[in-house]
Amino acid sequence: MKHEIIEKNLGLMIPLIVVAISFGFLVEVVPLFFHKDMKTPIEGLTPHTALELEGRDIYIREGCTTCHTQMIRPFRAETERYGHYTVAGEHVYEHPFLWGSKRTGPDLARVGGRYSDDWQRAHLYNPRNVVPESKMPAYPWLFTAKIDHKVTADKMRALRAVGVPYTDEDIAGAAEAVKGKREIEAMVAYLQQLGTVLKNK
Amino acid sequence: MTSFWSFWTSIIILGTIFGSLWLLYIVRKSEPFKTETDQSVGHEFDGIEELDNPMPNWWVIMFVATCIWGFGYAILYPTLGNYEGLLGWTSTGQWEEEVAQADEKYAPIFAKYAATPIAALAKDSEAMKVGQRLFANNCAVCHGSSGRGALGFPNLTDDDWLYGGEPETIKQTLLLGRNGQMPAKGLKPDMTNSDVNDLTHYLLAFSNRSDDAAAVERGGKMFQTACVACHGADAKGVQAIGAPNLTDNIWLYGSSAAKITQTLLHGRAGVMPAQEQALGQEKVHLLAAYVYSLSQE
Repeated sequence: MKHEIIEKNLGLMIPLIVVAISFGFLVEVVPLFFHKDMKTPIEGLTPHTALELEGRDIYIREGCTTCHTQMIRPFRAETERYGHYTVAGEHVYEHPFLWGSKRTGPDLARVGGRYSDDWQRAHLYNPRNVVPESKMPAYPWLFTAKIDHKVTADKMRALRAVGVPYTDEDIAGAAEAVKGKREIEAMVAYLQQLGTVLKNK
Repeated sequence: MTSFWSFWTSIIILGTIFGSLWLLYIVRKSEPFKTETDQSVGHEFDGIEELDNPMPNWWVIMFVATCIWGFGYAILYPTLGNYEGLLGWTSTGQWEEEVAQADEKYAPIFAKYAATPIAALAKDSEAMKVGQRLFANNCAVCHGSSGRGALGFPNLTDDDWLYGGEPETIKQTLLLGRNGQMPAKGLKPDMTNSDVNDLTHYLLAFSNRSDDAAAVERGGKMFQTACVACHGADAKGVQAIGAPNLTDNIWLYGSSAAKITQTLLHGRAGVMPAQEQALGQEKVHLLAAYVYSLSQE
């Protein structure tokens, strides 16, 4: 076999390399695009409200995913601490999903309802006010900054384009729902619903 | 997974394994030299020459071993589409097994604790060690690792209770949670700022911190209209509805005049989340004993 043919023709070698390294993707990822479990929302799952959606965007903006995952793996140590392991159907309306890959802080997949709204606000204002050992940064600006209500409807339209079932009424009422609200309200609304659709252990 | 995608993954996985072996075979077969001859392929750079030696045996053996490993894995584990694998392994199955093992180990312990009355359990030092761990994992975030609370989150180590410190009451609080309701300006929403100021003086006077006797007197009258329904005529609170005692100089939301005024103006709504669903009856029982023990020392 003349490996020179491949080794000396980059135009041939590059496509062959692409084919060779794409097998993992073709086997592990591509079938999931069409898998029933990945596309079917679990019972009771609804798209985020306008306020929760803005909260989610703040969560992304502030880089919460850098330190917090939203993915409980099926190990007892995790389900004891965080609740039922995460299932795919919980995340069908998430674009992109915020599973994260590293925990400096705890997993937040089911933090909704675990603490009171007061606690969430006190903690975000300065985590050390309630947890003296915490090394999480403080986010005091969330308490003064207002949500930009002009773009909320556009965000919902974009999500609808990729399959999130927002109704016309949802989109029409989006700006009104977040107008004049502060970012902290959106953030707490987002956090307090996390993982609450599937709750039991 | 539909049968198409099942077929798709199987073909690619098996194709990769056997295709690699086939590639190895034909490359090996067409090697021009079967032993090392150090024959140059005809180019060199910086004195480094490419030689056309056969693949080393150790490398070929490892390559084949990897393919055999991969094939064995595909047979034993759920690798090929819908094929479940000879071992029948699933990630949820593994989780269920782990949980079952732990239940077998810990269930008798928790069952024993659950059968013990809370007051007696609070004196069991072994049980309290377990309770302390549960508290640290589930309660310390709000109430502090020592149980002494924080601004807005009650101290559990004193004997001042919002809803009552009896063992069974503590357990109820943990199981079902609590929703505090202090409305802004009490039952008199049309209260003026000067009324709020009078009330603040009235409340400060319980700990001898007011310097305005006239305001205290006016505040006392206002208290009997706006606050008495929940906090009682003597301001000592009503545990049945979680209305705090205002006379003991223990202040959940801060003791300063400014903080008290803030509470009066804007109200408060402290929430204790229900734990029944998250922790279950037995763990809540043990935690109730631990919380009870904190105030007994």
